[in-house]
Amino acid sequence: MPVSTSNPGADHVSRRTTRNLPPGPTPWRSWLLQGLFGLLLLALIGLLLSNLQVNLLRTGQGLGFGWLVQPAGFELSEHWLPYLPGDSYAWALLVGFVNSLRVVGLGLVASTLVGVVAGSASFSTNLLLRQLAFGYVAMVRNVPLLLQLLFWYFVVFLGLSSTPQVWLGGLLSLSNQGVEVLGQRWSVEFGALLAGLTLFTGAYIAEVVRGGITSVPRGQWEAARSLGLGDNVKALRLVVLPQALPAILPGLASQYINLAKNSTLAIAVGYADIYAVSDTTITQTGRAIEGFLVLLLSFLLLDLLISGLMQLLNRMVLRRR
Amino acid sequence: MVRLLKRLAAVSLVSLLGACAGGAPESMSRLDTVKERGELQCGVSGKLPGFSFLRTDGSYDGIDVDICRAVAAVVLGDSSAVDYRQLSAPERFTALRSGEIDLLSRNTTATLSRDSEGGNGLTFAPVVFYDGQGLMVRADSGIATMEDLEGRTVCVGSGTTTERNLSDAFLAAGVNYNALKFQEKDQVASAYLQGRCESITSDRSGLASMRSGFDDPSAHRILNAVLSKEPLAPATVAGDPRWSDAVRWTIYGLIAAEEFGITSANIQAMVNAAAADPNQAAMRRFLGVDGGLGTKLGLPDDFVVRAVSAVGNYGEIYDRHLGPGSDVPIPRDLNSGYRDGGLHYAPPFN
Repeated sequence: MPVSTSNPGADHVSRRTTRNLPPGPTPWRSWLLQGLFGLLLLALIGLLLSNLQVNLLRTGQGLGFGWLVQPAGFELSEHWLPYLPGDSYAWALLVGFVNSLRVVGLGLVASTLVGVVAGSASFSTNLLLRQLAFGYVAMVRNVPLLLQLLFWYFVVFLGLSSTPQVWLGGLLSLSNQGVEVLGQRWSVEFGALLAGLTLFTGAYIAEVVRGGITSVPRGQWEAARSLGLGDNVKALRLVVLPQALPAILPGLASQYINLAKNSTLAIAVGYADIYAVSDTTITQTGRAIEGFLVLLLSFLLLDLLISGLMQLLNRMVLRRR
Repeated sequence: MVRLLKRLAAVSLVSLLGACAGGAPESMSRLDTVKERGELQCGVSGKLPGFSFLRTDGSYDGIDVDICRAVAAVVLGDSSAVDYRQLSAPERFTALRSGEIDLLSRNTTATLSRDSEGGNGLTFAPVVFYDGQGLMVRADSGIATMEDLEGRTVCVGSGTTTERNLSDAFLAAGVNYNALKFQEKDQVASAYLQGRCESITSDRSGLASMRSGFDDPSAHRILNAVLSKEPLAPATVAGDPRWSDAVRWTIYGLIAAEEFGITSANIQAMVNAAAADPNQAAMRRFLGVDGGLGTKLGLPDDFVVRAVSAVGNYGEIYDRHLGPGSDVPIPRDLNSGYRDGGLHYAPPFN
């Protein structure tokens, strides 16, 4: 069994570390401190709410959500759900949310694949592969994401020729009019956003994976070799990676949430995500605070969804041990 | 995200400043503030050739800029006593209401909700440029009307009512299209130039001005179709009639000067002629030889002379920035004087 290093997400570990803590203050003192802290927090929230109320009254507009049912009156460049400009703002926002879900969902899968491959490759015995993995991580992590997205969209995707170029025996077809992957047609905006987010998050995931693998004692590699798993890839897959997983998962969860949040840069490359839709909505209705609240809630929902799924995965992995 | 954050910060800032301004005396007009300061703080775009543009030598240039200069010449006697503030579309009204600028001269469409107290609470000066939303296409695309855009993609920028106008107009015409939205003007232009969309929509003046920055401006054509009314007017904050009147009559002065045939070149001769001839009553009042019209506004009597000497009459301003010989040629059409079939018309200086 590997030595359990930093692993804040796994609850059984944190319980174990709590037991190892030095004795804390006496119970009444800890209750008092916690009570005080709670009161302070409540006061802060109360202050913010009353401030909001006062400001809204001063500008002559109370908090209202009546605009949600009014017709949106703008076009969306792509939508999974049926959508017409005559539909309500609420529906337009939902369409935008589903568009966000779509790019985040695919991005999670793709960036995990890229990250695991790049993270594992940094342990390869092949020098070229190792250096490539390091180079990729270093380059991608040091360039702002917005710049990368603009590069992918304006330079790579819009720079493609207008006649489709077919790759990988018809699995991938690229042109500046659209992308076709496994028979699925995507817009170039979606393609550029997905590519940018995947490679960016993939680099961070590669580091998380590398950290997880490093946390497995060297002895485990040697043990695998002594069991006859001479092949490095096999040793990694069957012995090392399963042991590294509990250290990888919590870090992975925060990278996934980062990906979800970064997806709001979609507007820079013309993709109609929830942020782009709410931007137009706020401009047209003038309801900035309500628009923000909707945006906040949808991201809270998205992030809770992701962290819920990761918790489930975490528990499954821990149970298997 | 940055833009949204800015907006949120701006909203809270306005309320905060509103609270502080509550105690200030009501009688103090912006006009006095500007005189006291000795400098006019004027909000401009700075990114729109022909209207307001930051030149390579650091000076500002354009029709919107000349309005700032005219007001500074009238109020302060020095057309260069202007502190320009570059403002983005979402920032502009907050900057005005919070008192950061005295005058907003930034291709802003006058609308009911922007004018009203329940909306943005502005007071609009006379329209400086009658504009409308238009469509630009490649000249060799064969697209000549809105109907030719059936099934095509149109690129559009965010932050204004452009998207809704586009949707309304195409819906009414029964034309199906696809809208591709970007946050920044530069991104809209890049996507269009790279061929992602067949057309690009914005105010017609904005399109002309954008086109002037392209490698080959003549390869792009602005369609005749006009999707909306966009009367662009300077604005001041509501509830300050003395200041609003000073700005309003400065602009009317520029328009009336063109009606009278007074230019920056002949104005001194006109003043001398009017001073010598008591029969030119209207001209004498207009140029402040007698009548005391300026004093009624809290301005010098020769305020029109100051404005026209500094920037020329409206026609001169237009020709300098948007005329046939300029970088951003836009036909005068609606922006001619009323005698030439345009909409510019100054009330009498009586």
